[in-house]
Amino acid sequence: MAHMRRMAAFAAIAASTALVLAACSEPSDDPTGGPTTGANDEPVTLTWWHNGVAGDSGENTLGDYWDKVAADFMAEHTNVTIEIEQIQNEDLQRTRIPTALQSGDAPDIFQQWGGGEMAAQAEAGYLMDLSDTLSDTISTLGGAVGPWQSDGKTYGLPFQFAVEGIWYRKSLFEQAGITAEPTTMDELGAAVEALKAANITPIAVGAADKWPSAHWWYNFALQACSQDTIKNMGSFDFTDPCFVQAGEDLEAFLATEPFQADFTSTVAQTGATSSAGMVANGNAAMELMGQWNYFVYQGFTDGSDEAIQALLDDLDWFPMPGVGGGAGDPTAALGGGDGFSCYVDAPAVCADFLAYIASDDVQRGFAETVGGLPVNPNATDAVSSPVNQEIAQAASNAAYVQLWLDTDLGPNVGGALNDGIATIFGGTGTAQNPVDAMVAAAATE
Amino acid sequence: MTTMETSGKGRGPVGDASSAGLRPASPDIMAARRQDQRRKWTEIALFTSPALLLFALFVVFPVISAARYSLYKWNGVKAFSEAEFIGFENYARALWGGNDPATQGAFRSAYTEPFWQAMGHNLLIIVASMAIQLPLALLIALVLNRKFPGRSIVRVIIFAPYVISEVIAGVMWFIIFDPNGIATQFVESIGLHPPEGGWFESQQWGIWTVFFIVTWKYLGLAIILFLAGLSGVSQELQEAAAIDGASWWQIQRRINIPLIGPTIRIWVFLSLIGSIQLFDMVWVLNRGGTQGQYATIATFMMQYGFLRKDVGFGSAVAVIMFLISLLVAIGYMLTVLRRDNDNSELAR
Repeated sequence: MAHMRRMAAFAAIAASTALVLAACSEPSDDPTGGPTTGANDEPVTLTWWHNGVAGDSGENTLGDYWDKVAADFMAEHTNVTIEIEQIQNEDLQRTRIPTALQSGDAPDIFQQWGGGEMAAQAEAGYLMDLSDTLSDTISTLGGAVGPWQSDGKTYGLPFQFAVEGIWYRKSLFEQAGITAEPTTMDELGAAVEALKAANITPIAVGAADKWPSAHWWYNFALQACSQDTIKNMGSFDFTDPCFVQAGEDLEAFLATEPFQADFTSTVAQTGATSSAGMVANGNAAMELMGQWNYFVYQGFTDGSDEAIQALLDDLDWFPMPGVGGGAGDPTAALGGGDGFSCYVDAPAVCADFLAYIASDDVQRGFAETVGGLPVNPNATDAVSSPVNQEIAQAASNAAYVQLWLDTDLGPNVGGALNDGIATIFGGTGTAQNPVDAMVAAAATE
Repeated sequence: MTTMETSGKGRGPVGDASSAGLRPASPDIMAARRQDQRRKWTEIALFTSPALLLFALFVVFPVISAARYSLYKWNGVKAFSEAEFIGFENYARALWGGNDPATQGAFRSAYTEPFWQAMGHNLLIIVASMAIQLPLALLIALVLNRKFPGRSIVRVIIFAPYVISEVIAGVMWFIIFDPNGIATQFVESIGLHPPEGGWFESQQWGIWTVFFIVTWKYLGLAIILFLAGLSGVSQELQEAAAIDGASWWQIQRRINIPLIGPTIRIWVFLSLIGSIQLFDMVWVLNRGGTQGQYATIATFMMQYGFLRKDVGFGSAVAVIMFLISLLVAIGYMLTVLRRDNDNSELAR
């Protein structure tokens, strides 16, 4: 009996030691695990993490398209195997990629949103420098690659990029007697008044999520500040009084009560009471949003072709009107996009695959199949929907396109900026709050 | 206890037994006893080592790591070896805005104010739990502590919210307290005005709305604990008091409540720690509000440390939270709960 107990004790300690050892063991520095040439016929496996997941309806247009792209690439490069993992956007960006990079066991290709977060990853030495290997593709894509560059080096390639603007329902504009799309803030103000007079909620904003309301401040800042001042935000220079001016312009705009009631309790995309749901269901006339809302709105229909067509027929878009009087160019626009980076230790063929994704044919297929806005100028002819064509046109008309400020500044300073703007929307903060928040957060970088 | 002590003495040093003129233990027995002792300690070491190892790995090591990170400027992205050592600056930024005059004003408005706002919310939840949840739960438990038809169903209903996951409960209440939700419609239907800006977003009502949900969620636990305590109170005491002419309330006041004192004190302890660490539900309820209207110190830590990737600052807040929990726990153990431990020793 005692013997049996001792055996059990021994088994217990052995098991626990194994557990602890397993938990402690780190990926070994296998000399063969480093960069491989990927050339010739040596078998190579690429792991790929992207955010193309199935939506509520179970359809996954983007994910399916990436599957096809990977299959086509593998057919051409028989020695390459691409293993795909589809991960929900926020999980991917906030949890999976950072922890994978920290652990030293990162996927070879992963979603890259560019800006400050990418710069931090590049500085930490996690990203492959693509500047030389992909110089041809980079010059084809032109200025759109900007957000995926840091210190003059390219660390990722975008596959889509679009400017934001104001989505609106044509029928509600008609109901309120608005005949032309507003091109100045005064005209936007007049449209807001006309809609209110017709008992229509003028503008929906998902202020509970903070970033949708922050985008209003970004636009006011783009108008109040010169391009140089905006550019210098990247080096954490927030001394220019134009940033406070942007907050004051926002306060003045809020005073006209253009948004729905209780807007700080409204989320952006989930449910019929979200800002997107309000516009999709005809309960609000306008919303300042990115190009992705083209798809988000469709998600609020019953999914039938007729319902989607009816919605798209009534949906239109115009660029954010200029404020005028500021140091900024009234036609400057905000935008953002999606891209991919290669992990620093990824096989060299990873760069070839990025170039393939940005190639004319794949980009054209992306526009046709997924309905996105490609970054490759040779693929713009594949954009078929009138609204998307208009958005693409607005980007080329803009004096310059600035990446979303929160993405540009990175999660810390960008997040602080959004929190500061939220206090203006909540009515407790002043125009100084966003600037203070950025100054404090920048000191912790 | 007496028998225990006798047998305890019987296991005393063998030399004593022999000097007292008792029959000396044979070498065989002494060897067997030594072996017995050795085996006992081997077994203790073997059986506790897995737990101790896991405790060291998953509790002690993370606490030490967090304390170390909190002294650095580190974004959690670059290698920690490249992080800059800044001493206690992260703590200073949270507590009073830091020591750099150039940025102190900015830190006060963007870091220190939200930090103390969140601390205030935790304090309010603690005080309100003691002032509202405790008497309420006690009253309900005393009322339910009798036989009546449907008693078990009532108990199940009361306990049900505690079983529901915090995340599910959070999502559910977020929908109920939506500006267009049932709660708003109900309040309007009885002629009152719901809070401006929405229940959670209201500066005045946000934290109270959360407290309401926390009460709904955790009141059942308190009631079930108190009922369990009450079931241990001797029926004879209550009957004797009733024969002496004590009213229902006098019986509760003089007999039942004092006798479930240990249970109440344990609940207070659990409630204190739970209030300090309140996180899951508040996080699901839109992360404490767009302006931290109902943020707690845990959601503040998550927002500033994890979402913003300022791991150094987040760790400092985590350490502050850990120290508060530790001090409260030790203080409560040494003062309030020691009485219960002493009592239980007396009872033996």
